[in-house]
Amino acid sequence: MYLITHKEKLSQTITKYVVKAPFIAPKRKAGNFVILRVEEHGERIPITIVDSDAKEGTITLIVQAIGKTTKLLATKNVGDYILDVVGPLGNPTPIENHGAVVCIGGGVGTAEMLPIAKALKKAGNSIYTIIGARSKELIILENEMKEISDKTFITTDDGSYGRKGVVTDQLKDLLDAPLGISAVYAIGPLPMMKFVSLLTKQYDVQTLVSLNAIMVDGTGMCGGCRVTIGGEMKFACVDGPEFDGHQVDFDEMLMRSRSYLAMEKISDELFTHQCQLEK
Amino acid sequence: MKIARQHSIEQEASERKKNFLEVSFGLNEERAFIEAKRCLECKNPICTEGCPVGIDIRSFVQLILQKDYLGAVQKIRETNYLPAICGRVCPQETQCEQVCTMGKKHEPVAIGKLERFVADFELANNLFCPPTISERRDEKVAIVGSGPAGLTCAAELGKLGYQVTIFEALHGIGGVLRYGIPEFRLPKKILDIEAERIQALGVKIYTNFLVGRTATIDELFDEWKFNAIFLGTGAGTPSFMGIPGESLSGVYSANEFLTRINLMKAYSFPEYDTPIRIGQQIAVIGGGNTAMDAVRTAKRLGAERAYLIYRRSREEMPAREEEIHHAEEEGIEFLLLTNPTKILGDKNNWVCGIECLKMELGDSDDSGRRKPVAIKDSEFVIPVQTVIEAVGQKPNPIIQQTTSGLNVGKRGTVVVNDVQQTSREGIFAGGDLTRGGATVILAMGDGKIAAKEIHKYLQAKSKKLEEQFTATTIAEPVLA
Ligand SMILES: Cc1cc2nc3c(=O)[nH]c(=O)nc-3n(C[C@H](O)[C@H](O)[C@H](O)COP(=O)(O)OP(=O)(O)OC[C@H]3O[C@@H](n4cnc5c(N)ncnc54)[C@H](O)[C@@H]3O)c2cc1C
Ligand SMILES: Cc1cc2nc3c(=O)[nH]c(=O)nc-3n(C[C@H](O)[C@H](O)[C@H](O)COP(=O)(O)OP(=O)(O)OC[C@H]3O[C@@H](n4cnc5c(N)ncnc54)[C@H](O)[C@@H]3O)c2cc1C
Ligand code: SF4
Ligand code: FES
Repeated sequence: MYLITHKEKLSQTITKYVVKAPFIAPKRKAGNFVILRVEEHGERIPITIVDSDAKEGTITLIVQAIGKTTKLLATKNVGDYILDVVGPLGNPTPIENHGAVVCIGGGVGTAEMLPIAKALKKAGNSIYTIIGARSKELIILENEMKEISDKTFITTDDGSYGRKGVVTDQLKDLLDAPLGISAVYAIGPLPMMKFVSLLTKQYDVQTLVSLNAIMVDGTGMCGGCRVTIGGEMKFACVDGPEFDGHQVDFDEMLMRSRSYLAMEKISDELFTHQCQLEK
Repeated sequence: MKIARQHSIEQEASERKKNFLEVSFGLNEERAFIEAKRCLECKNPICTEGCPVGIDIRSFVQLILQKDYLGAVQKIRETNYLPAICGRVCPQETQCEQVCTMGKKHEPVAIGKLERFVADFELANNLFCPPTISERRDEKVAIVGSGPAGLTCAAELGKLGYQVTIFEALHGIGGVLRYGIPEFRLPKKILDIEAERIQALGVKIYTNFLVGRTATIDELFDEWKFNAIFLGTGAGTPSFMGIPGESLSGVYSANEFLTRINLMKAYSFPEYDTPIRIGQQIAVIGGGNTAMDAVRTAKRLGAERAYLIYRRSREEMPAREEEIHHAEEEGIEFLLLTNPTKILGDKNNWVCGIECLKMELGDSDDSGRRKPVAIKDSEFVIPVQTVIEAVGQKPNPIIQQTTSGLNVGKRGTVVVNDVQQTSREGIFAGGDLTRGGATVILAMGDGKIAAKEIHKYLQAKSKKLEEQFTATTIAEPVLA
């Protein structure tokens, strides 16, 4: 049982949780994730560890409520427990001093980017950050990102904040400018990571993406998280979750990530309906 | 001998293929008694030699004849701590029952069924009493993985009074017994009870703890102060055939399919949140226990046609005879001497068919089995919407990669000597991790040997410490 010690709403649908997990906290590195199960009947879902406090024995998670499990989690408050949390899973992000790097966070992906950007900064890189979202309300962690970035850019699809457009518009400008960008880190929706990778390929700039495959165990046991990287089958949970964006078969992944769409809808509707009744 | 081998009472195939209740209810008291009478009480009970953990079979069978069922189960427990499980899943036909004298002329004694009978009797009447632990010891032993290997090792060391902690990556314990073998063959309640009994020995269990990540082996020694470690992490990583179409939606490894259903109870979706989607027609590839469990599970989830595709013939199938038989009764369609070559998808990237080649048996290979050879131009396509691959597993590499000095074999297995010792001092290993895919009872046997060896190792170590201690105290003159 894992106690929630702090809860804070970052946007309409995105919430930050601090959770007691004394074994995981001192061990986590940028890029690691946990798998959690909220309640007995629950599904196991992967969530990135955004931050940790070894002394307090806590980890920080930032979660977007998009379906049954993440909405159920959002009903939990400080003092409540999460049934299971296992981790830290996955390989830590390879951090090097590349000189100048671009860090791109799309939507809740910004939360997952934060620890990586921090680590990259610590390793001596100049950080150019791009935060992208559909509209202003969905921009999170702007100040935290600004604090560690040399320069921060915001793009929104509807132009309600920052530049109107998508992250690749801004990225193209940065790659064209004489900044010496030698690596790009991108985390966000699959289509975003796909188009970032297509663009950086033209510039021959090394690109790392974090693949949010559907997972069950997260230990390499089920093979459900398999992705094709450079023509080879890899398991995102133990071989990743980060991979060379130029090698990823994004179209295949997009198709696979829709496998349970119909059933996710049933779960979500049942849950939302029940919540309405309780109100 | 005129008495025929007694059979279990079973659910009708037409009924049971619609539910997840146990297929077999086992022998009742009357049948068990008749069956026990069939035992010849051989002077040289060769059955015990056929048992990987050497259960004193003749004696426990005789105790059944005396109606001392508790005595019988206690006899078994002297060598096997999990009789209710082994009585259900052991491949007896290739072990004790294969060599049973009675089987030379007639059918062998149903040893497995008798084992299950006494174990169930103890369970139903709540007669289990934990063994007394005569001595509490200070040394700490870590058990990594809670499959049959780890559970057995923990139980044996617990009995000896050691401070034992089991670390399990998943949220439930039991390894394949929980996430792989379905409820209709091994009810989870039995596993839960076994877990309680092991905890009653003072064994601590941490679930949600992935050794290698949550803490490495070296940290378990250095920071957690364990004195010895047993690795029983199994062979959980699924292999895929490498044929086109494996990334389509609707293609599962048997592990994922069974985990969703057994561990996550996807058969009760949406009451449970984990989904599973299966088509009207499904195909399972493979011929082992895993394949048999997957195909029978798919049938229970409502598949109209469930095919089992295996590239050799029925004789070569590695699955337990009983399971093959049950699968046939349940209407599983066996496509033998058939090899899949391609999985076909529709425009939404969902599986819509599987292309196969017909095979024939050629010369024997290294394993002595006849090699299947493709028949030219024999391709055919079966329409299916779900494909489940059960074509083998290998050890998960996390521990091997995060532990220095551990010798690892070619197929990723951890190398041990004949007493389950690894190349690193204080680290022992067993079960599927060292054997590749094997059986529950072999994993248990390894766990037992390792426990004995860990006991020896720790005793030798403490003796050495004691000697050193006395040596130093004597060497230092008392300066009065
Ligand atoms: C390594 C890893 C790290 C992640 N870190 C975070 C994080 O820090 N914060 C966060 O909010 N989310 C993160 N995710 C995504 C998160 O796991 C999913 O949002 C969650 O599983 C959805 O569960 P649900 O039951 O609420 O929704 P579901 O009903 O399962 O799904 C709702 C919608 O989300 C999509 N979806 C389902 N699974 C995933 C997935 N794994 N990734 C992306 N979309 C998915 C579905 O296609 C569907 O449209 C991460 C995923 C991975 C693999
Ligand atoms: C579907 C299926 C059906 C089978 N049917 C039969 C049968 O009928 N009869 C039979 O005799 N055999 C059967 N087998 C084989 C049998 O189950 C295995 O041989 C046996 O379970 C091996 O036991 P084990 O203890 O070595 O490992 P496992 O049972 O695999 O258990 C290993 C455990 O270790 C955990 N683990 C792994 N890595 C770590 C880590 N780093 N840290 C912490 N925990 C970790 C895993 O989560 C797992 O719980 C079947 C196998 C399958 C897959
Ligand atoms: S070999 Fe068969 S008949 Fe002989 S003692 Fe064992 S079970 Fe009885
Ligand atoms: S989540 Fe099961 S293998 Fe990766």
